[in-house]
Amino acid sequence: MLYREAGDFSSTYEKDGQTFPIKFDRWGYYVLLAVAFLVVPFLINDYWANAVFVPFLIYAIAALGLNILTGYCGQVSLGTGGFMAVGAYACYKLMTSFPDVSIFFHVLIAGGITAGVGVIFGLPSLRIKGFYLAVATLAAQFFLVWLFNKVPWFYNYSASGQISSPERTVFGIIVTGPNTDAWAKYMFCLIIAVLLAWIARNLTRGAVGRKWMAIRDMDIAAEIIGVNPLKAKLSAFAVSSFFIGVAGALFFSVYLGAVEVGEAFGIQKSFLVLFMIIIGGLGSIFGSFAGAAFMVLLPVLLKNILVGQLGWATDLAAHIEFMIVGGLIIGFLIMEPHGLAQLWRLAKEKLRLWPFPH
Amino acid sequence: MPEQLFFALEVMLNGLMAGVLYALVALGFVLIFKASGIFNYAQGVMALFAALTLVGIMEGQVPFAHLINAIFGTEVHHFGWTVPSVLAIAMTLGVMVLLAILVERLILKHLVNQPDIILFMATIGLAYFLEGFGDIMWGSDIKTLNVGLPQGISETVDEVTYDWFGYGFFLDKLDMVATVIAALLVIGLTLFSQYTKQGRALRAVADDHQAALSVGISLRFIWVLVWSIAGFVALIAGMMWGAKSGVQFSLSLIALKALPVLMLGGFTSIPGAIVGGLIIGVGEKLFEFTIGPMVGGATENWFAYVLALMFLVFRPQGLFGEKIIERV
Repeated sequence: MLYREAGDFSSTYEKDGQTFPIKFDRWGYYVLLAVAFLVVPFLINDYWANAVFVPFLIYAIAALGLNILTGYCGQVSLGTGGFMAVGAYACYKLMTSFPDVSIFFHVLIAGGITAGVGVIFGLPSLRIKGFYLAVATLAAQFFLVWLFNKVPWFYNYSASGQISSPERTVFGIIVTGPNTDAWAKYMFCLIIAVLLAWIARNLTRGAVGRKWMAIRDMDIAAEIIGVNPLKAKLSAFAVSSFFIGVAGALFFSVYLGAVEVGEAFGIQKSFLVLFMIIIGGLGSIFGSFAGAAFMVLLPVLLKNILVGQLGWATDLAAHIEFMIVGGLIIGFLIMEPHGLAQLWRLAKEKLRLWPFPH
Repeated sequence: MPEQLFFALEVMLNGLMAGVLYALVALGFVLIFKASGIFNYAQGVMALFAALTLVGIMEGQVPFAHLINAIFGTEVHHFGWTVPSVLAIAMTLGVMVLLAILVERLILKHLVNQPDIILFMATIGLAYFLEGFGDIMWGSDIKTLNVGLPQGISETVDEVTYDWFGYGFFLDKLDMVATVIAALLVIGLTLFSQYTKQGRALRAVADDHQAALSVGISLRFIWVLVWSIAGFVALIAGMMWGAKSGVQFSLSLIALKALPVLMLGGFTSIPGAIVGGLIIGVGEKLFEFTIGPMVGGATENWFAYVLALMFLVFRPQGLFGEKIIERV
């Protein structure tokens, strides 16, 4: 009843090609943004920021990045954790070397550095494909983590081998360090996430995105119709690594504050982000957010129910979480390979006809 | 100088033996990949699961003890008996066959004709599931596995080589046993696939699914069979690794090392898995021995992957793999 496009006419090509062609969708999106920017910051407290909102936004950025590479360009990567570590360490070095520059630029430059590293590790993708490449990206994962562990320059020769973020401000508001307010953390991540999502959406529906998708669907055929595989694959690696690097920088500087590389950016992180995009939906911007929300909320929910309500041991809850996640991955791949995003699309199709299905 | 040389030789020998252990895990991958085109990421976790089950059965643990205790508030842990290792191994094998049947029924059957990469990701899901399942079933504490395999440094080799060269070689007994077992396993698998009816059917399926179906080979049976064999290989690998470094979570990470082994040797070749394992084993030990001290050590974490990566750039199908032909 509510959700339909009757009376919604596009009179220009721009209107026809917009992201939310249906008015109801568009207004829903505006309302969501308004709530995120104007309501949540006033209600948020430390628990909600640290347990739900900030990790959700950061993982959403990482999932967007991996989705560009895997979902749009078809190159499976298991090196996400390693690239996040590059972002984190680059951000740390920048924060300590140039304390007067705004943290906002540090985060973006950290993303840029990660993009460079990503391109280097993306070079083999021109020769090797599919799961051969997936295994090859493990090289990036293990090598980068080892590098940040062993070369003291990266952690400024600190005795513990950890990096911890000093206090930095944006327009006089503290966004990193122990004295940060919950809303400041949240807003900082939100602004970057919205900005990057907007960039990702517009990249993927333009010429670059179509080239990526052509490569994904069949790279030889794409090459024959004139897509340059070198440019397409490396640009996907660069953009994807940029996103992941930004996510890594935020993860370290805003969310955790202090990081030990093997623990925070190990192979588990690579899988976590991969699972987000499988469950959320490969090749979908909405799916990246949905998957990130799902994988962030699931442990919180399980912990609250199993440990909080039933009083089980935490390790038991953690094992059950493993089982549920594994089962869900298999279930989604069997029943809905396009993930939550496809379920959402189907629901919308149903809603357009509801309540008169014929 | 000869002292240095002997030491390098010893490092190399130890690398060879470690390589055999990698090759054991890699074998399981190759078997499944050949027969079903599935890159089974869960092979390492299967080895962990098999080792956990073996220890659990031998020590008479109550399966799901933690879960039962948490739900019903009871305090059960052990049945109070111990099972002899031969019987326990047989029972574990039964569990692995059951697992193979379940995997075929619940996962593979539904994913026929999906792109390879989807199947690969499904096995990652399976790996996660099995990891949680194994821990819930048997508990996540580090266990010691003792099935009567010899342990420690072999004194005989030490003495004999000392008499010959004036330098005693330190070799692990367990590694030597593992080498023998791996050799037997490869011979056994080769004989099986060359001279038995099922083995021939297996090769036929590996060659061409549809042609095999059309001459009356049951694809589903072959899949169960091949996953069972992979489970058996996983059990042996799990026993060896478990006896070497204890049955714990990191076992499944060690098994990740089998991936570069495969890439080096080629996904479709059993000799490739062995040779790849040996190259990786020797390579990483020698690298750690020569370059390692200069860059801070622990290069074993990544050397195998980087080596495989560089190698793949020049020869994407690996050493012994079939040439990859792509058509539009």
